[in-house]
Amino acid sequence: MGGSPQQVTGTVLTTRRVDAYHALTVVAPGIAERFRPGHFVSVSVGGPGTSMVTRRALAVHDVKPDYGGTVEFVVAVRGPGTAWLADRRARDTLDLVGPLGRPFPLPRDPVNCVLVGGEYGSATLFALADALQRRHCRVDFVLGAAAADRVFGALRARRVGETTTLTTEDGSLGLRGRVADVLPGVVTDVHADVIYACGPMAMLREVTAVGIDFDIPVQVAVEEAMACGIGVCMTCVLPVIGDDGVTRMVRACADGPVFRGERVRFEDVGTIPFDALGAPGGGGSARHVT
Amino acid sequence: MSLDVPAVDMRTYLAHVELANPVTTAAGCAGTGRELSQFFDLGRLGAHTTRTITMAPRAGRPTPRMTETPSGLLNAVGLQGPGIEAFLGRELPWLAQRSIRTVVSIGGGSVAEYTALARRLADAPGVTAIEVNLACPNIEDRGRVFARDGAASAEVVASVRSVTRYDVPVVAKLSPDVTDVVAVARACVDGGADALSMINNPLGVCIDVDTLRPALAAVSGGLSGPAVRPLAVRCVWQVHAALPGVPIVGVGGVMTGRDAFELILAGACAVAVGTALFHDPLAAVRILKELEDALAARGFQRLADAVGLAHRPPGSGSRHLEESSL
Repeated sequence: MGGSPQQVTGTVLTTRRVDAYHALTVVAPGIAERFRPGHFVSVSVGGPGTSMVTRRALAVHDVKPDYGGTVEFVVAVRGPGTAWLADRRARDTLDLVGPLGRPFPLPRDPVNCVLVGGEYGSATLFALADALQRRHCRVDFVLGAAAADRVFGALRARRVGETTTLTTEDGSLGLRGRVADVLPGVVTDVHADVIYACGPMAMLREVTAVGIDFDIPVQVAVEEAMACGIGVCMTCVLPVIGDDGVTRMVRACADGPVFRGERVRFEDVGTIPFDALGAPGGGGSARHVT
Repeated sequence: MSLDVPAVDMRTYLAHVELANPVTTAAGCAGTGRELSQFFDLGRLGAHTTRTITMAPRAGRPTPRMTETPSGLLNAVGLQGPGIEAFLGRELPWLAQRSIRTVVSIGGGSVAEYTALARRLADAPGVTAIEVNLACPNIEDRGRVFARDGAASAEVVASVRSVTRYDVPVVAKLSPDVTDVVAVARACVDGGADALSMINNPLGVCIDVDTLRPALAAVSGGLSGPAVRPLAVRCVWQVHAALPGVPIVGVGGVMTGRDAFELILAGACAVAVGTALFHDPLAAVRILKELEDALAARGFQRLADAVGLAHRPPGSGSRHLEESSL
């Protein structure tokens, strides 16, 4: 999927604050040239000899050809590791691995696409929007978050998308509510053929339900806690139904992060479903019917 | 003289099996081998250790399975794996085709299950050694972990040894969560273990003070990373002192060549890299290079000369090189 990942020492080119988030642009040619929308990168935090042994998985917001190739990713400060990242300045170096994961599948025909982002999950959608528009697809955005400063990329969405609908749970920007509240209206208005979504698990679950109601495909990029990002630590698993109808605990990093929404058993995330392959009590033979 | 001729002879032996160098991946930390092979040729390592293979496929534990701790991480993956059939069908042949030396880790709920696994592996090409993961609950002993008890560990090891080809060493993986690691080690060797690997993860618990709940779904998990390295060095030290002729694979928080060197000086003849692979996909090859450099910088010509060297009595001098050239 887009060539094998690279480990590179990238130099920070610029940092900027975007509302509640931090965006870092890093010179990383090996990663930039292999990147496709939906890919992510992992970064080591804390510097040499760090006491933080797990990597942080980050969504890629932008890839540009400048300086041989740059990657811009978005950080939400959630703990000491992401706080360290937010403190990086121009000319600091970062240990990056990428591109990682499976990218979004793109339609062959020019179809109408609704791109749904929750919190900083929308960062991942802009490279996708560019790729879709190059294929003459219509792109409409629905972005939402708890509050105005947590909606990432509203301005860019307005510039890029045919229409952009914003929601906040406190009503501080756009419509009061959640993205799934307004999504059925948008899907109807723009005659959407496909939905792409990235954001918190609860949002992806609701968005997938809308897609199922309208009988259109939904591609979701999940955000699971990861330690390695390359598929060896087995900590980022979630229950997903395979082509053979069997549910398996698959890795968000290496088997995802992009899945067909209706294949993800959102209601069972955080559990081992009794009928999953290898579940306690001998699951795996039963078929899950959606 | 070509520059890429190694200055230090890094060969080591796991019982009678020669490894090109002492650095291996640790069980459960290197996936199927395919993931890391995107970054480097696994054949450059002394050996690749598989995740623990069980009879039936296992879905593992619910998430969250992992939380970061100071200089370490706590994990409860629950031996998620494809089961022996899929392993023999898809994973082992891939490794064998690339001539990657492979240590197969096995785990079971009873002596019979371990034995059945070893029997399935007996005819499979490409098995360099079998590592017996003794940190599995014994369903015939109310879920008590085999590794806690010397007699139970020895019974598993003896049974696996009896069905394994004579030229495939059986390695017993020991847990540090015991009162006397030397007693368990001795029992395993008496049961027929050709080598020992230590340490498996000690157990820990983390509590999320925001949710007021344990951080892992399984409540307790195995602690790994640099936080456990002194524990690993202590176990290797004690067992090497008691059983100096038994090959030991040192495992526990090795992040650098210096850390690997420490385990070797304590008595390990090979070193497995685990959690470091999560942090740095190239960790194993970097550690191998750093270890070679560390040995060369101290005048060693052979890795074997450094194994257990820290046990020499004080005052015997640092000029071991003259002694070793006898």
